[in-house]
Amino acid sequence: MPASEALARARADAADLAAQPARMEVRELNAHFGVVHAVKDVSMPIPEKRVTAVIGPSGCGKSTFLRTLNRMHETVPTARISGTVLLDGQDIYAPAVDPVSVRRHVGMVFQRPTAFPTKSVRGNVAAGLGVLRSVGERVDVDERVEEALRRAALWDEVKDRLDVSALELSGGQQQRLCIARALAMNPGVLLLDEPTASLDPLSTEKVEDLVRQLREDITVVMVTHNMEQAARVSDQTGFFLHGELVELSPTSQLFTRPGDTRTEAYITGRFG
Amino acid sequence: MRSVASRTSFRRRFVNGLMLGLTYVAAGVATLPLLFVLVYLLAKGVSAVNWSYFTSLPRPPGMGGGGAANAIVGTLVIVAGASVMGVPIGIGAGIYLAERKGAPLAVFVRFLADVLNGLPSIVMGIFAWELVVVPMGHFSALAGALALGAMMIPTVTRTTEEMVRVVPSTLREAALALGYTRWRTSLRIVLPTALAGIVTGVLVALARVAGETAPLLFTAFGNDFWSLSLNQPMNALPLQIFNYAISPYDDWHAQAFAGALVLIALVLIISLLARAATGRGFARASE
Repeated sequence: MPASEALARARADAADLAAQPARMEVRELNAHFGVVHAVKDVSMPIPEKRVTAVIGPSGCGKSTFLRTLNRMHETVPTARISGTVLLDGQDIYAPAVDPVSVRRHVGMVFQRPTAFPTKSVRGNVAAGLGVLRSVGERVDVDERVEEALRRAALWDEVKDRLDVSALELSGGQQQRLCIARALAMNPGVLLLDEPTASLDPLSTEKVEDLVRQLREDITVVMVTHNMEQAARVSDQTGFFLHGELVELSPTSQLFTRPGDTRTEAYITGRFG
Repeated sequence: MRSVASRTSFRRRFVNGLMLGLTYVAAGVATLPLLFVLVYLLAKGVSAVNWSYFTSLPRPPGMGGGGAANAIVGTLVIVAGASVMGVPIGIGAGIYLAERKGAPLAVFVRFLADVLNGLPSIVMGIFAWELVVVPMGHFSALAGALALGAMMIPTVTRTTEEMVRVVPSTLREAALALGYTRWRTSLRIVLPTALAGIVTGVLVALARVAGETAPLLFTAFGNDFWSLSLNQPMNALPLQIFNYAISPYDDWHAQAFAGALVLIALVLIISLLARAATGRGFARASE
């Protein structure tokens, strides 16, 4: 791609991101655990129905940052957080907000598949639905399970095996099962913490395709170790280093004309 | 160089062989008591184990026949009662200890559980006597079940704690991320995952208390007649063995041996069940 074309594309992407309302907005966020200051003064808009990638070397605070977005960080005993995280304009750290209800709206999928070993395929996808019913939502379980599995592109592979143990699925299928389990809750935002780190290339491709599809109706924030992956699936990318957000740019710009020398050093493989 | 090397190697092999031999001997000796007990019991007791032993009530000495039907049923009833009291408390405490590892109260409770585990069983009997028998004014199966139930608590607590701890923390996180509350996570995700191990712990505790005599001496007390009432004295195998063994009558002695044999068989069955439960757990985990 000629330089002028790349520039034009980066500009168009920037305009598109700016036009998108912020589904979440992070302001001056600091997160500690113990004496470690893992996230330092991070501010970042997370545009609706776009994929935000977070990259950076190991230990740069990107996973901790992700875990502050659904209040999972505070489940670690020594965790502390200050700053603001807005979800649809409401601060999820406001005193009146119940962290459990935040997690119902902001789903999360982890690095390794976390299928519940005692539950069937169906039982795993339905695992969160009981929670919804307990807060008075009316839920048709079978319908939700099928819909979630279809959205996770897993339905055709498991529709005849809904009652087998989830552990009988392959690793890649288990990871999509976990995505389906999160999607069954109808979250507005989905957080993915290195979702393909433990998968083979074929399964990785399926998950990436899936993320691109999810972008149609939900907001995705994805931590990844894999820069090509960030380039392939995300709209904007944030680069973290030592807990700081060094740069947040449209993905097409960050990987072609990084605005910071540290970003450039990282993406060209000079460290990390 | 070479000869030195071969000499040390000879010496090392000799010491190695000697030590290995000693461990074999130790392992062999360790099984001897059980073997002697089994052989002795079989020799002395098998003649008294017959149909009437399982179906009839105790008879006075010299009349012949008679059995321990009420003691067998009584042991089952008292152990079941003990489980009803000890298992839920033990599992609950175990979950608490695993989920709140470092909390000062958890450290304290864990210490108390270990002390309770080492408490002489007769002390547990006195405790139940003081707590139930004295206020009620008479011996009862309930008091016996309470004593045995209290004895089950530490074993069940510690096994549950261990089993809950080995459930990967990623599963807990996954449940929390779905909007589960902490207690729901423990109950719906962690507990079922740890269940096979917990069942084993419960069965081990059952096998242990099923053979206890001292805590029943002044709680369940024993009974020569049929009684299924928790409110009344109840017979149990260890009690009958004790009473018959200290009696001066030969036919009662034979029945005491028969009782010991039945009790050992009962404990063996429970232990085998425990192993089967773990085996299934491992098979499921490795799938």
